[in-house]
Amino acid sequence: MNLFKAESARGGGRAAGKPSWSHTLIELTRRGPVHVLLIFLAVVWLTPSFGILITSFRAPSDIATSGWWTAFDELGRLSLSNYEDVIADSESAPPGIAQNFLNTIIITVPSTFLPIFLAALAAYGFAWMQFPFRNTLYLLIIGLLIIPLQTTWVPVLRIYNIFDLAGTWPGIWLAHTAYGTSFAIFLLYNFFADLPGEVFDSARVDGASELVIFFRIVLPLSKPALASLAIFQFVWVWNDLLNALIFLQDSNMMPLSAGIRELLGQYGSQWNLLAAGTFISMIVPLMIFFSLQRYFVRGVTAGAVKG
Amino acid sequence: MAGKHSKWLPLLFVGPALFVLAVFLVYPTIHTILLSFTKGTMLNPGREFVGLANFERLLTADKTFLRLNRWPPSGVLPTTALWVLVFPSLTVGIGLLIAILSDRVRYEATIKSIIFLPMVISSTAASVIFVFVYSPDLTKGVLNAAMTSVFPHFEPITWLGRKELANVAIILAATWTSAGLPTVVLSAAYKGLPREILEAARVDGGNAWQVFWRVSLPMLMRPLTFVTIMLTINALKMVDLILVMTEGGPRGATRVIGFTVWLEIFGNNRVGYGSAVAVILFILVLPAIIYQIRQIRQDLR
Repeated sequence: MNLFKAESARGGGRAAGKPSWSHTLIELTRRGPVHVLLIFLAVVWLTPSFGILITSFRAPSDIATSGWWTAFDELGRLSLSNYEDVIADSESAPPGIAQNFLNTIIITVPSTFLPIFLAALAAYGFAWMQFPFRNTLYLLIIGLLIIPLQTTWVPVLRIYNIFDLAGTWPGIWLAHTAYGTSFAIFLLYNFFADLPGEVFDSARVDGASELVIFFRIVLPLSKPALASLAIFQFVWVWNDLLNALIFLQDSNMMPLSAGIRELLGQYGSQWNLLAAGTFISMIVPLMIFFSLQRYFVRGVTAGAVKG
Repeated sequence: MAGKHSKWLPLLFVGPALFVLAVFLVYPTIHTILLSFTKGTMLNPGREFVGLANFERLLTADKTFLRLNRWPPSGVLPTTALWVLVFPSLTVGIGLLIAILSDRVRYEATIKSIIFLPMVISSTAASVIFVFVYSPDLTKGVLNAAMTSVFPHFEPITWLGRKELANVAIILAATWTSAGLPTVVLSAAYKGLPREILEAARVDGGNAWQVFWRVSLPMLMRPLTFVTIMLTINALKMVDLILVMTEGGPRGATRVIGFTVWLEIFGNNRVGYGSAVAVILFILVLPAIIYQIRQIRQDLR
């Protein structure tokens, strides 16, 4: 179900009956305030990102002397040189945006798949197996969904220091896995519980083990839910700042979010570099949003509880 | 239902996840509660047992946490209260408005995408974007520039630098990043309402306004409660927007409770004191946790 498109049966129904000109005019006047309000909100919502996008293409001298909203008069002056500069900056001030980008990928990919795998196993267990305290344990996991991570920082760091996990890639993967698992179990449980149990039963009759059923039947049947979850978790981890600061510590391992925060502190006034860096950090999430929007939205509406 | 399997097989499925959750969430929360009764640093947490002294100091002596003897009350708790009162209601209000109004226009998909877009970018990027929007420099800050062009005598304002304005400025940035959540949740719920009932109300002579207040809104209560609770929790837990935009300033004005845990633990290296703040945060979130568990328990039955 795509939440953005279609489904506007009520809106579409009215439009279907070939309205006459005068009718259209009446409709427009009656609905005038609705259009004005919606378009106003759309403009307000787009302006902030638009400003940083335009600024990222402007020369430092232009940024210093005029607002980005005047750039439309001289579009020819826009260029990609800020992007070249902020990427080249890596040599003068390590680790730099390029390294941050690479680090973000190193952090994000395992931190997306590990929690989903763990959660899928657990969600199948909770949905289709009998064991003592099953419901109690599931409800405990629901409670963990909204626990503030603030209450976990110090003890987890203690554990990390004992096992030498602070400042390592496995350390950050594990933290994201743990913090993402309860939401993933919640989302997948709801999906798995609705799968047709007869299919599992007939597979069992044919001698399939639970592991075979899980890998050969449950996972393939759950592709839409797994895709939503993967996209949601990917964007979540990609955008994370706090866990990286707490568990990675080493500035050479920092992701993009920490990199642009560094730029903001370092060059409070060099908006050309800051704007380009900020936009670089947004590119991957934006691409995902535009290509896989409905999966992402489904992940958000399904739980909307993570954080 | 479940087939015959070894008694230990479920452990293979749920065991790994339970282990990870126990190590990273359950045990640490208990440990943090214990640490809140102690004094210590990151290298030596829990060095000295102090009983309830941290809580006593937070609630009675620490003027940056709670100051009641001067009106208006100031400190972390009143700032948090301001956030909890303003941020969820503003964000849900805008989300509801867009969910319902966009249902009547043909560019519904576009407008919802535009509102949702900021949800996919990082809080850090959003912070940089809004530091730029709020800049007092008229060649950068679009807000001050727009105000100046509308009101001729307007003097540019340092939105993030003034105690009385900084919270509102960050709350508006937070609303910008979060309004997509109530928009999509409420829009989906609104489209799921039984259309016959809305039609019947209209046929009975209700105008659009009456139908909305008396019929649609009451039927949207569950999703409205849900998004309001989630946004309230996000306000309580808020760290990153504040960390990047103001670091809690000016003069501590934008320290909400979630950020204060960060500040005490990592900024001031007061692990026992920070843990006490974390416990207060945990107590504030607890009603939502209980509510959530109850809802799901009902669904399980």
